[in-house]
Amino acid sequence: MENKPLYSIAATFSDVNKTIDAVQKINEAGYKNYDVHAPYPVHGLPQAMKLKSSKLGWVTLVFGFSGAVFAFLFMYWVNVFDYPLIVGGKPFYQLPAYIPVMFEVTVLSAAVFTVVWMLFILFKFPNNSHPLIDTDYMKRVSVDRYGISIQANDEIFDFYKVKEFFKSLGAEEVFEIYYKVDELQDRPKIFDKKFISFLVLTSVIVSAITYFVLNQLLFMSPFNWMHKQFRLNPQTSTTVFKDGFGMRTPVEGTVARGYLPYPFKGKPAEAEMKLVNPLVPTEQVLKLGKSKYLTYCSPCHGNYGFGDSRLRGQFPNPPTLHSDKIRNMKDGGIFHIITEGQNVMPSYASQLTVDERWAIVHYIRVLQRSVNPKESDLR
Amino acid sequence: MRTIDYTIEPPVVEGKPSLSSINEDIARPLETKPPKGWYIAISISLTMLLIGAVSLAITFIKGVGVWGVNQPVGWGFDIVNFVFWVGIGHAGTLISAILFLLRQRWRTSIARFAEAMTIFAVMCAGLFPAIHTGRPWLDGYLLPYPNQHGLWVNFTSPLLWDVFAVSTYFTVSLVFWYIGLIPDLATLRDRTTNKFKKVIYSIFSLGWRHSTKHWNHYEMAYLILAGFATPLVLSVHTIVSFDFAVSIMPGWHTTIFPPYFVAGAVFSGFAMVQNVLIVIRKVFKIEHIITLDTLEKMNKVMLATGMMVGYAYAMEFFIAWYSGNPIEQFVFLNRALGPYAWAYWTMVSCNVLFTQLFWFKKIRRSIPVMFVIGVLVNVGMWFERFVIVVTSLSRDYLPSSWGMYIPSIFDIGILIGSFGLFFTLIFLFIRTLPVVSIAEVKAVLPDAQPTHGGNH
Repeated sequence: MENKPLYSIAATFSDVNKTIDAVQKINEAGYKNYDVHAPYPVHGLPQAMKLKSSKLGWVTLVFGFSGAVFAFLFMYWVNVFDYPLIVGGKPFYQLPAYIPVMFEVTVLSAAVFTVVWMLFILFKFPNNSHPLIDTDYMKRVSVDRYGISIQANDEIFDFYKVKEFFKSLGAEEVFEIYYKVDELQDRPKIFDKKFISFLVLTSVIVSAITYFVLNQLLFMSPFNWMHKQFRLNPQTSTTVFKDGFGMRTPVEGTVARGYLPYPFKGKPAEAEMKLVNPLVPTEQVLKLGKSKYLTYCSPCHGNYGFGDSRLRGQFPNPPTLHSDKIRNMKDGGIFHIITEGQNVMPSYASQLTVDERWAIVHYIRVLQRSVNPKESDLR
Repeated sequence: MRTIDYTIEPPVVEGKPSLSSINEDIARPLETKPPKGWYIAISISLTMLLIGAVSLAITFIKGVGVWGVNQPVGWGFDIVNFVFWVGIGHAGTLISAILFLLRQRWRTSIARFAEAMTIFAVMCAGLFPAIHTGRPWLDGYLLPYPNQHGLWVNFTSPLLWDVFAVSTYFTVSLVFWYIGLIPDLATLRDRTTNKFKKVIYSIFSLGWRHSTKHWNHYEMAYLILAGFATPLVLSVHTIVSFDFAVSIMPGWHTTIFPPYFVAGAVFSGFAMVQNVLIVIRKVFKIEHIITLDTLEKMNKVMLATGMMVGYAYAMEFFIAWYSGNPIEQFVFLNRALGPYAWAYWTMVSCNVLFTQLFWFKKIRRSIPVMFVIGVLVNVGMWFERFVIVVTSLSRDYLPSSWGMYIPSIFDIGILIGSFGLFFTLIFLFIRTLPVVSIAEVKAVLPDAQPTHGGNH
């Protein structure tokens, strides 16, 4: 008994009216640290104990109101600033449509926090190590008895006096309730090994689930049987054709749209004679010619056609475009050179469309005329 | 002639059971071996659940194309079942919260069970919108969470309100239910001799010690939760009805929908609670706790809400005529006389006609008859949702795009599965947790409250 500190002395009563009388007398006797236990809420007991009525409603008010304000501000921020989306031609900020969500969040936050506050802050639950738990006294009280427990830390507590007092009040049974020694050890429970490993395990599991849901589950490809269809993908083999190739070559002589073969292949003189520039040198055409010239021609021929390559000798410099030979060459001749290439110059037929080539020809004429202007231009 | 004093409330519990006998009676199913009937019942419900699971698995593998839904009826059994199950849940909150606020003491014996039913029904309901999306593993996008797409949900859509309403409803119902369970779990903790059970009960009772200082806050918390659950339950079915009413479909676009849906929800929920309780009180021999008087009162609620629903049916027709809108008028004539007339008349007869029998006291107090009427009400209310969803969609503005809806075998399988889930959960619940609130019933026993002191 020496190493078992006393928590309280408790007594059970079988009648509810007697219990209330007893509580009132205990109150009058001046005890402060006592509690009454009953299997169900008994009307009048809190009043007899002189308990103040619960202030829990304020917690509800604060959390309910914060829930409403949070929901409103959040939706306002989303709809007006972060993700403005026009729905049905309505304004971004539309209070009536926010009401349902605001209401639900208010109820959720108020209800959950009221309970959390009550259980974990007011009652300091979970508390299975309380000295009253698992005593015979508690087992009576949870069935059909009403119990009063006067704690040993009360100012006027006296072991024998309290026992006598209970007997005089008509108690059925009197219990001595002791602390459980092993649960009294003064070690902070947060640093308990079990608790720490529990925390670590919980955090690992929670992060793993969160990672899986947000990064894997939400990106899973659904039913991929929809992707599997009766058709041949490019570059795959097949058993349908003898050669095993899934892709077929076009029939001999097939001409793709817009790709008519060039009729003057290897015939520069004929090309110069027969080809006529179909474009009129309008501003648009010259702009097109300039941009294409600067992209494809200027690296070797220079920005103004002087043959001043930007390639610093990595590729042989071409002759100037301002020579008499080129100036007197017909449009068709220049077109032919762009199309077929000449000497080390490659063909540009695959990079430039027919119209673009003609536009470049016009632009070369502009360059030539700016270096060797006509009499009329200078006037 | 005998005069009756109506100011005296009849006792909630019959006979004069002692406090300890309440413990015995309610804890008995948790401590004895289940009877044969329980095994038969749970195997039936598990079979139903399995049928649902297989149908669902095939739906996931093949896609929602295996259902009967197609243009123009894109909402089929999935939405019908969703509304039906949410409605079933509403009776639980009504009994536990609204009747608590109205100080109807007869609710105490059925509140716990009704709350559990709410939770299970909302679980069944929540299943349907989730699978209705077709790819349920992507349902995370229903919630507004900060994601790398910079994408937010549309807070102005009734479907999003639904997400908030149903999840809030589930959470608050669960909290409410759990709060009620804590003292009972503590009682069971002190009672049990089984070590394993003791650990479980200790964990979940959190160290409750029946302290008056705690009861003082506890009663306040219970009152606050009841106060919040009451507008919540009304808001949930209101928002469910917004899914329809905010659209412009003829037959859906009506302002009567929110009250009409709430009344219908209470109606069908009470029928379900009544049906299941009739079985449970018989099997567990707690007829003196869940009394015939209680059942009679539930039948009265069903009679009242049934007539509200009947009024709504009539008013829909009146407004269709009064609006002068030919399309609206057509939709309602089509309901009563069109290809789905059989469903419409099933609904009217089950919901409005048969419940009128509850005007007679003999029928209100006859258990077999009220059981049958309860079943009929549930059938009728399921058909009500079917009529609303399907008839409007199948024939709307454009006759060229009319079409019929025929449910596939998978639709029916999933419906059976949802009943299987519901009853499996109920059967597990009645074996593992007290079906009647021990603390609350003790508090309403005769002589449980002090007779003097002028405190009340």
